[in-house]
Amino acid sequence: MPELIIETKKLKKNYGPKAAVDGIDLAVERGSIHGFLGRNGSGKTTTIKMLLGLTHSTSGEVRVFGMRPADRKEGVDIRQRVGFVSEDKGLYDYVKVRQMISFTRSFFPNWDRGMEDRLIDLFELPQKQAVRKLSKGMRTKLALLLALPRRADLLLLDEPTEGLDPAITEDILQLLIGMAADGTTIFFSSHRLSEVEQIADHISIIERGCIVVEGALDDLKENYRRIHMVFEEEAPEQALAAVGVAQFRRDARSLTVFANRNVETIVDQAYLHHAVSVDVAPVTLKEIFLESARSAE
Amino acid sequence: MLLKPNPSSGVPIYLQLMEQIKHAIETGALRAGEQLPGIRKLAEELVINPNTVAKVYRELEHEGEIELRQGMGAFVAERKEAAVRPQILRALPLIKNLISKLAALDLSEEEIRRLFEAELSNLRENGLPKATGKR
Repeated sequence: MPELIIETKKLKKNYGPKAAVDGIDLAVERGSIHGFLGRNGSGKTTTIKMLLGLTHSTSGEVRVFGMRPADRKEGVDIRQRVGFVSEDKGLYDYVKVRQMISFTRSFFPNWDRGMEDRLIDLFELPQKQAVRKLSKGMRTKLALLLALPRRADLLLLDEPTEGLDPAITEDILQLLIGMAADGTTIFFSSHRLSEVEQIADHISIIERGCIVVEGALDDLKENYRRIHMVFEEEAPEQALAAVGVAQFRRDARSLTVFANRNVETIVDQAYLHHAVSVDVAPVTLKEIFLESARSAE
Repeated sequence: MLLKPNPSSGVPIYLQLMEQIKHAIETGALRAGEQLPGIRKLAEELVINPNTVAKVYRELEHEGEIELRQGMGAFVAERKEAAVRPQILRALPLIKNLISKLAALDLSEEEIRRLFEAELSNLRENGLPKATGKR
């Protein structure tokens, strides 16, 4: 059994009567880069906060390094081993950039000075400027500079490339790749699906507080297919529903379905019902994402 | 020498990379006994997941294309027959020419790939056209 760095079971968080996170199961293995996707308000940030012990679950279980983030002592142990970029980038507005760096460094005995220097060069951060005057992109850079040199066992990154240009983004991804190669586990959320596809080996898609898609990215891409069928006469929806097709998109005599199993059976059914043409195509992560958002509605 | 895979393609990155390496071996760009980059180095260079590179090397070893030597790295496997088939080298300019023509028609990479695959499965169903001339 591979070691699980993050594990949640039926994890739930209510704000009043509303469930922000509604019973999710996560399993993140050591050394994995796990992309955590979802639309705004889907429960991503609340989940990450529960992993850090910054907010407590309503019910269910959560373990990070096998410990409970909500426990006072274990929570401190967890946070000591995690590098973390939060949605609001968690910065103190009233200090200067340089002070923020040295303040953070003082908490982490394993702080990697070489990485700090490398990032300062790369980011060209104005060290004497007050944090509150930084642009959005600069705030992201500073948050990364405070998180990455900790020699953390786990990086929890909420939108770690927000506001960064493509060149810096590629440098950051490359840095994360190197850290993963050294055994760091990375759990990150992003709206940029292409960067998730580029570096993640596993993904989870959260929609309205529930995990709707999860698995190894290679498996998802190999299994998901878009099947476009054109019929001579009316499309045989019932016959397709009988082989497990739940969602249709129809347009006169043509039907489009997304399927991650029974692809051959669906194609056979289409031909049995006199399809004029059947086109089976691989799908991108973007299509999987949009389809999962649509089916949750 | 290896190119960055296209992450937004429907084809998984590990398959794209496997194809690239096999192609490099077929065309002689990588020769028998030659060493491949280490997992970490290649992952950083292509900016892809190190687990993906590890998977590519495992699969290529399984297919007999490369050998993984303990503590040494990955090497292109020695073969009994000549590694580079002249037919492949002859095919290269044909394919190149065809693809640039298709691209000029404003077809996307995905569309070109699908056209090829549809035609290949068509050939599988109906049999390959008889080879003409001597081999």
